[in-house]
Amino acid sequence: MSLSRKAAVVGAYEHPTRFAPDKSMFQIMAESVRGALKDAGLTIKDVDGLCTAGIGMSGMGIVGFCDYMNLTPNFVDSTSIGGSSFVAHTAHAAAAVAAGLCSVCVVVYGSTAASSRFAIGTGGAGGGGDPCDQYEIPFGPTTVGSYAMVAQRHMHDYGTTSEQLAEIAVTMRLHASMNPAAKYREPITAEDVLASRIISSPLHLLDCCIISDGGGALVVTSAERARDLRKKPVYILGTGETVRHVADGHRDFLEIAAAQSGRLAFERAGVTHKDIDLAMIYDSFTITVLATLENLGFCKRGEGGAFVQGGRLRFDGDLPCNTDGGGLSSNHPGMRGIFLVIEAAKQLRGECGPRQVKDCDVALVHGTGGTLGTRHSGATLILSNQ
Amino acid sequence: MAEQQQKKYSKPLPHIDEENRPWWEALQRHELYVQRCRDCGATRYYPRALCTQCLSERTEWVRCAGRGKVYTYTVTYQNQAAGFRESLPYVMAYVELDEGVKMLTNLVDCRPEDVKIGMPVEVVYEDVTPEVTLAKFRPAR
Repeated sequence: MSLSRKAAVVGAYEHPTRFAPDKSMFQIMAESVRGALKDAGLTIKDVDGLCTAGIGMSGMGIVGFCDYMNLTPNFVDSTSIGGSSFVAHTAHAAAAVAAGLCSVCVVVYGSTAASSRFAIGTGGAGGGGDPCDQYEIPFGPTTVGSYAMVAQRHMHDYGTTSEQLAEIAVTMRLHASMNPAAKYREPITAEDVLASRIISSPLHLLDCCIISDGGGALVVTSAERARDLRKKPVYILGTGETVRHVADGHRDFLEIAAAQSGRLAFERAGVTHKDIDLAMIYDSFTITVLATLENLGFCKRGEGGAFVQGGRLRFDGDLPCNTDGGGLSSNHPGMRGIFLVIEAAKQLRGECGPRQVKDCDVALVHGTGGTLGTRHSGATLILSNQ
Repeated sequence: MAEQQQKKYSKPLPHIDEENRPWWEALQRHELYVQRCRDCGATRYYPRALCTQCLSERTEWVRCAGRGKVYTYTVTYQNQAAGFRESLPYVMAYVELDEGVKMLTNLVDCRPEDVKIGMPVEVVYEDVTPEVTLAKFRPAR
């Protein structure tokens, strides 16, 4: 059974906050749900499915959030695979709707990562409890360090440069300058990125995503019902998800989850790379974008450095990428998969004002969760307004 | 060594259980092992009870020569975790052992700026507590 065009995103809302010491995580989530339902023209009484996960909630946090919202849904999914979780949730919501498990499914995330002073990138990575962690935690792994090791190997194998990575950060900041809600909006240059301090070589401070508060929500329902709702439906064409890890010590660290999840999503959607008008690529670090674009097949392995140069990723370039400013400049409240889908939906509806991508009809969303050089997940969605 | 052990070791320590104890006990003897499946021949690191390729429990412990090459690395300048924030910068690396598996480790006894991918390295055993010895690597001599 193909899932293509069986379900649609009909509501999308990004919470405007970037710093909310006066709000709780669940409050940000509830306000986000309200925003997404209003966008869809639906009410809380219509909701019979819920997907959420997060770094700030307990393992059973989804039940706690249902308690907070007084919800008793027919479908719940708390798949927790890092920042990509909400991309996977959107796929799971579409599958649940298509299978008749629920009719209106909300995907929500919220966090007070900034005001609660989470040390996400440099606080020491790994929960420490799983068997695999025991062979890593003694050696000082950090989130940024894990991605940095992928960058270092990419530079070694293909001559990729820090200047090339910097262009990704510069482009994201340009996009943020056109997003009134973005946390950092002052344009930067490649020289600024290279002059920022090294956090974990070869990655500089400005190669790393920011830490903010924030949240967002999506509403997914059937394609049939979507046609009667307030906004132009954003159909889910194809989905894919998988993981990569150390693979018994045999891993090729430049082959990432996106290679598999992307292939699945393209096959299931029945579209090709040429059809993609917008790419929303999880930018935890600049290297994440470069490695993801290669693994999704937008360019060959090793060619990512040249590919991201020359403004190709700008909103007016050949492959517009992260038009909201991404995690590098707009927001990164611990996880940002939900914002990838929200911005894609807004672009496909033509709601993005000065940063609107021309003739944006098909978008690819790819979330990377976890740590690229140890264990991570990848989730891909292909969406269209047609 | 005895003096070092009396100093408080504040970095995270591995959880040693019945499944992985033989591997950690070998490190205490300054011996490094990987596992090989007696049924299908697949080599694996880190140690586990079952072969991931055929799920066999018949495991051979293969003693490593303790030599390999740097597969990739990063010089960490910021880590807020206890024990590490006092020892910045440090080099975290994957070393590809001659036995064919990649191990996450630290490179020691060398300046961070001298580390290169492909550099030959050799194991050095660091007895960090009476129970735990870590396999780290230094440039091959």
